[in-house]
Amino acid sequence: MPQQLFADYPQDARRFDEMFVAAGKPRPHYADLHARLAGQDSTYIRDLFSEVDRQVRDNGITYNVYDEAEGGSRPWALDPLPLIIPAEEWGGIERAVIQRATLFSRILADLYGPQTLFAEGRLPPALILGHPGFQRPAHGLVPGNGGPLHLFAVDLARAPDGRWWVINDRTQAPSGAGYALENRIITGRLHPDLFRDLRVRRLAPFFAALRDAIASYAPQDGGPVNTVLLTPGPYNETYFEQAYLARYLGFPLVEGQDLTVRDGCVWLKTLSGLRRVHAILRRMDDDFCDPLELRADSALGVPGLMDVVRRGNVLLANSIGSSVLETGALSGFLPGLCEHLLGEKLAMPGAATWWCGETPAMEDALKKADHLVFKSAIPQAHGQHFGPVFGEDLDAAGRAALSAKVRAAPRQFLAQELVALSRVPVLNRQQPRHLVDRSVGLRVFAVATPEGYMVMPGGLARTSSEHDVRVLSSQRGGGSKDVWVCGEQTAAPMSLLRRPVSAADLVRSGAGLSSRVVENLFWFGRYSERCDNLARYLRVALGRVADNQDTPVEWGALAAFGKQIGILPTICDEREAVRPLVRSVVDASVSGGLASHILHLSRVGFQLRERLSTDNWRTLNALARSVEKTPHENVGIYEAMALLDELISSFMTLAGFTLDGMTRDHGWRFLSLGRRIERLQFQTEAIETAMRMGEEGSPEWLLEISDSIVTYRSRYMARPEWLAVLDLLIADEANPRGIVFQTGGLRDYLRRLDESLGGMPDTGIEALHTRLLHLDPAHDFHPGSASLQEALATLRCASAELSNQISLHFFSHSDGSARVIA
Amino acid sequence: MSQIYHVIHETLYRYGAPVSLSQHLLHLTPRAFDFQRTLRHQIEILPAPVESETHVDWFGNPAQWIAVRQPHAMLRLIAASTVEVLPRPLTWRHAGGPAWENVAAQLAAFPSAAPLDAQEFALPSAQTPLLEEVRQWALASFTPRRPLLEAARHLMQRIHGEFGFDPEASSISTPLAETFRRRRGVCQDFSHLMISALRSLGLAARYMSGYILTHPAPGKPRLVGTDASHAWVAVWCPENGWVGFDPTNNCQPDLEHVLLGWGRDFADVTPMRGVILGGASHEVEVQVTMMPAQLRDFDELLAELRQRPLEKKSEGPEIALS
Repeated sequence: MPQQLFADYPQDARRFDEMFVAAGKPRPHYADLHARLAGQDSTYIRDLFSEVDRQVRDNGITYNVYDEAEGGSRPWALDPLPLIIPAEEWGGIERAVIQRATLFSRILADLYGPQTLFAEGRLPPALILGHPGFQRPAHGLVPGNGGPLHLFAVDLARAPDGRWWVINDRTQAPSGAGYALENRIITGRLHPDLFRDLRVRRLAPFFAALRDAIASYAPQDGGPVNTVLLTPGPYNETYFEQAYLARYLGFPLVEGQDLTVRDGCVWLKTLSGLRRVHAILRRMDDDFCDPLELRADSALGVPGLMDVVRRGNVLLANSIGSSVLETGALSGFLPGLCEHLLGEKLAMPGAATWWCGETPAMEDALKKADHLVFKSAIPQAHGQHFGPVFGEDLDAAGRAALSAKVRAAPRQFLAQELVALSRVPVLNRQQPRHLVDRSVGLRVFAVATPEGYMVMPGGLARTSSEHDVRVLSSQRGGGSKDVWVCGEQTAAPMSLLRRPVSAADLVRSGAGLSSRVVENLFWFGRYSERCDNLARYLRVALGRVADNQDTPVEWGALAAFGKQIGILPTICDEREAVRPLVRSVVDASVSGGLASHILHLSRVGFQLRERLSTDNWRTLNALARSVEKTPHENVGIYEAMALLDELISSFMTLAGFTLDGMTRDHGWRFLSLGRRIERLQFQTEAIETAMRMGEEGSPEWLLEISDSIVTYRSRYMARPEWLAVLDLLIADEANPRGIVFQTGGLRDYLRRLDESLGGMPDTGIEALHTRLLHLDPAHDFHPGSASLQEALATLRCASAELSNQISLHFFSHSDGSARVIA
Repeated sequence: MSQIYHVIHETLYRYGAPVSLSQHLLHLTPRAFDFQRTLRHQIEILPAPVESETHVDWFGNPAQWIAVRQPHAMLRLIAASTVEVLPRPLTWRHAGGPAWENVAAQLAAFPSAAPLDAQEFALPSAQTPLLEEVRQWALASFTPRRPLLEAARHLMQRIHGEFGFDPEASSISTPLAETFRRRRGVCQDFSHLMISALRSLGLAARYMSGYILTHPAPGKPRLVGTDASHAWVAVWCPENGWVGFDPTNNCQPDLEHVLLGWGRDFADVTPMRGVILGGASHEVEVQVTMMPAQLRDFDELLAELRQRPLEKKSEGPEIALS
């Protein structure tokens, strides 16, 4: 039984194996892990997977995959076994990455400055000037403190002889650091004792250095430095990571429309007005950052941003135009550039590269095509993605086609020597007793600090999919591993930078929230309450259909209400109502139904990803999953009702988080306003509809929908009577479903907003609240009461008007997206 | 003998709803170069921008960034200049230059003796992609060892002869492949085509943005506001520098072309482009007047243009001079 886990792990002498020196013989730094695993049975492996799956699912860690309808996302793939790197080996990697980051920073500074590298013939102008990432408007800009390259990442691969090679550079907006952090949190928990025994170096100091370095390099104006993380939005492939990093670093996550340029500075549009932004850590591509100067066909970015950069009033990390170095074609020139600019030998080689823009190189590469892989030398226009094409895969016709393609536009291609990637064992979900081998690459990160570049002691290990061991791509279904660097913690240089929180840094009220976030919170409140309301209606209506005990009057009113709230297409009888009611629960394609609203809710929640607690997010994820996984066809009444019970519990849980788990800042207040307005509208309409039944109709269904049946019974021990029901549902200040409970809450929230954010036109809610409290039960609380009908109708209009006013008054900053015109 | 012109370029944006913020990037200031001097230049903007910043772009063209922050349903810009155009060397009309392959080889070499901007203008751009069919077509003019300028002149003549001028056939985003397939277009399309053809052969070509003098029909007066923006091409020749070719008019620019600026293609020197918040729909109206300076007084001409009635009276402040 022991050893069996590794028994049939395939050996391949042609490639370096990260874990084994020879069959059954682990490398010293893997000995502990090997010993640990060897003695385990398949239950242990299954448990590891379950734990990883649970944490990935609960945290909602995803990777968005392009080209799937509506921006599909899939769970992040993490192998439970870490990639382990011994301390002395890491030292070499660290030095090489620091050298490379320094070199790249110097090259960028030259390309966007004096361009002596062109003049001296050290770098072909065509390679840079023909690269769409060379941003001409950025030429001549002083990159500001910290140089043009704040965050740098490099993809490494290990050759069969054990040496590390560079295969890719990430100079624009490197992704993966957040995933590395997330992988660490999960993997560290899987093997806590190993983690301790191996003295795995921690990642936190790296992120602290990143945060502090940006703050120290940003333009100062005496107040606290406000740094934001600029995201292209939730549909970006690594949005999860961006939201995660933003939260971890404490930077607001903003989209282009959250920022505005004014008086030569960048401002964040917040609830309480504009707030200066001093530094932008961007995950948005160069050419999208400023639609005015950089790319005419996109309004995603911040118009006028380049002008602010030109004035030195904002720090952009990384500088605009830094993506120009993301080309493998640079590789051949780096040894010379390194000697010239740094006076040192290039510490870590890149794979031998032929840039086809040099004719002799192209001819040579095409001749050796069988042993090379061909790639784009420059990013291609959208939809024209090329390669990688492996020469060895091609037949004669394929080689001819490749040759023609390269010759037609030689500058766009490069050829690279094939580096046989090293292998690493990966646990196999299907056969827990067997390890499989995958190719592995390592992404390493470096950040510019006043003491020079600092390398994250760890990184993101990416493994190939089972289909092609030569390609590492999260887009193509590869996986990932945590990277454990063993050894002592080095002294943390960031202590020099650390600035204690001063009183001016304290943020309490939430007045600094971005208008967009507040708007999303408001709608999150409305949608979550609407889902709850719809679910309660559906449960009551389906219950009535199942019992078939109603009088036509009662069912008629219930159906009319169903039509009014968009659940039933017509006022139909019980039998005809079954399908629409059930479909509303399970079929998200029914617009206005419960299922489709749950997806709306989940989408708004998605936009708020960085503001929702993990528990909150988990509940929301479970809701969306339950809608997505339930089949649409052949669902019966009782099945639908069972699902409704589950959903309603989840909605209660969500409501509980709002009540108990959120700080009472303005963001919470807007979420609550949304909930109250939604509930007020729903309850008002329900009461109005029920009242139309007249005295002969029983208001029992109204009590059920209003979740007040228990209260009623405990108070009256009798059949529902109109007087008592209306009193409970309208005038009882203690009933959380009651009308005055909503109006009272709205009044209080509005007063608070008024105090700190300035007034909003009066929508009459407060007056209506008083009026409702002064209704005379004996006189007004019966279905035929004209004064009650009139009060409810006014209330319905006032709540709609309140919603409009809130939008106009507080969200107008975020209203209307920018458009490009010419 | 030089020529002096007044050029007035008026742009009027009308928005369906008030725009709360608009920012524009202007390439409306004529650039000075060997054959052109700017004697007078101003840009009037209504409503007045709260922010305005001028800079020189990567290609050396004057550029201006403006932001208008008050709600406005209309934006009017009048760019007015007086420029002196100098004659090109007479020999340029007949010059041949070196064999085109030699020039291409010089541009492709690394390191190259060609100036950096010539190397840059030999590269494709977004609006002038390399198309194999265009290259094949161009080779009929660029026969082996043919002198560069002679071949370019021939290419210009062929575009003029084989392609129909058709304002209906073109928008600012007509792709090159479509122009080539339909054999129709306007000055911008013909210039992009010629540039793309030259670059596909490894030669360097600039997109030249500006204006051209139009001649009223015999006996008719010269009208205000009836001219248009124009575009042509300049080809780099090691012996002469940048030699202009106008495929729309089948001529080599001399005293009747006024330059605004140059770039790789239209996108680099778009006279005016902007980003607006709000506004619903928008319409843009452009009127250009180019006339010999001796015919009209600059201020009087400008005053006449300012008086031109607009449909809606704008309520902004006084016209700003910038």
